[in-house]
Amino acid sequence: MTSLLITDGVQIEGRLKPTDLRCKEGELIAVIGPNGSGKTSLLRALAGIELDRGLVLVDGEDIAQAPSPRRMKLLSYLPATRSLVWPISSHDVIALGLPSPDDRRIDDLIQLLELERIATRPVNSLSTGERTRVLIARSLAAQPKVLLLDEPLANLDPYWVLRTLELMREAAKAGSAVIASLHDLSQLTSFDRVILVDDGRIAADGTAGQLLQSDKLAAAFRVERHNERWRISLPADPLSSR
Amino acid sequence: MRALAILILALVAVAALHLLVPLDSFLGLQRRDPALARLLLSELRLPRTLLAAGYGAVLGITGAALQATFANPLASPDITGSSSGAALGAVLGGYWFGVTSPLALAGFGAAGAALTLLLLLLLAGRRADAATLLLAGLAIALAAGAGTSLLLALAPSPFAFYDAFDWLMGSFTDRSLPQAAAALIPATIACVLLARRSVPLDMLSLGEDIAASAGVRPRRLSVEVVAFSAIALGACVSVCGAIGFIGLIAPFVARRLSAGHPGRALMPAAAIGAILLLAADLLVRMAPAGRTIPVGVVTTALGTPLFIWIVMTMRRTAMS
Repeated sequence: MTSLLITDGVQIEGRLKPTDLRCKEGELIAVIGPNGSGKTSLLRALAGIELDRGLVLVDGEDIAQAPSPRRMKLLSYLPATRSLVWPISSHDVIALGLPSPDDRRIDDLIQLLELERIATRPVNSLSTGERTRVLIARSLAAQPKVLLLDEPLANLDPYWVLRTLELMREAAKAGSAVIASLHDLSQLTSFDRVILVDDGRIAADGTAGQLLQSDKLAAAFRVERHNERWRISLPADPLSSR
Repeated sequence: MRALAILILALVAVAALHLLVPLDSFLGLQRRDPALARLLLSELRLPRTLLAAGYGAVLGITGAALQATFANPLASPDITGSSSGAALGAVLGGYWFGVTSPLALAGFGAAGAALTLLLLLLLAGRRADAATLLLAGLAIALAAGAGTSLLLALAPSPFAFYDAFDWLMGSFTDRSLPQAAAALIPATIACVLLARRSVPLDMLSLGEDIAASAGVRPRRLSVEVVAFSAIALGACVSVCGAIGFIGLIAPFVARRLSAGHPGRALMPAAAIGAILLLAADLLVRMAPAGRTIPVGVVTTALGTPLFIWIVMTMRRTAMS
């Protein structure tokens, strides 16, 4: 199978070292890594938001060359900050995710994310969790080939964590590549593939099972598996400050 | 769409009223000397109506565009210091470089406005919080105001202060048709270019990252908005002086009509700005006083309470 997303040497000065990555259609991929390791930088580079060097191809198209409406069909991005300044309705925020007006699609998304009660309310008056759902609906709107989601499960209640995982799986089944950054390692088994980012580069790439066993994960996060639970790794040197 | 149609009708009505009032003197002249009456319309009243409508539209659309760019409902031409910067540029051109051509003066005004806006971008950044933007804008406006006073005080011409008071206080009295053209031709071009940015500006309302992922270039867009706003404002300020608060009120009202979308509010803001400034100038002209009041005084008097109200509501939402 050919790759849907191909990157060649994407790089952000000081935060993301030259990175090559290939993702197939239908893949549901988790990006994990300690705070400040470069997860968001990787997603932002893939979305073409910040890219000092390198190339991102989606379905063979260079995203930097794609005009705005075309780009919305190629990829969408959910930022980790959910702040919205202007009093636009949830309905209209979703509409801004579409390259051309399509009221039926908006209504479907409102139903899918159960936004009926807040559809006409201004987004800057919603709770963070509600805003997250509105922005997830916006990222799904154009049914883009690549979905880049920065912490999609943050600020969501348990029902919506599971529901969002389902929606991501459905998008992958429909033929997209879905790439989401996570903090909660307990969700990793829901993903087909896990990418570990550490110190601005991809440190490991494999299935959740492989990653959870690997020394690289333990080293990056400074935690280890002990009796089926996580605990903080003991420092190698017993006389160190810890 | 219907709202915009109503706005345009209202604009035409106010403009017609502005052109014809006071009616009795015009009708009297029309009876005695129709040729002179036409001259009165075309040489005296038309430039004033065009300037009031055009400058109002410029204030509305640049205010809306700057607010969308800075993601801040207070970022208007006066509060960002760009009107003061334009005045500084025009004074420098007029009294120190001896520029007399209205178009060259407009260029000096645009350069002044551009410098202050770029300085604001440098000081506060594109997505500054309201307080930072206000303080940076205030600092720039104060510095530009002091610079203008200094340039006038030291100007080669001893009448500079007296002269500039008439020129820069925000007034449409005794402007000629070539002056109106010098202000309004560059301003119209810049405003058309601004209006074409309304879709990317709406995208920017979701934040720079989402906009950039959808193919908008936030940095380039803000530099374009700043440049076009500076050209439009600089040209108008160099002919009529700085006029406050229209650039704050018009976008604020326009967003009520655009369901909160800051980009879609650009055209309604232009129409509302034109209506407001025509109405304010109409008020000035109908005032019974023997001496004329600068129209800037009227807009500031009407705008200040609204400004305070916006700040109060912002404080309340920030606290909840």
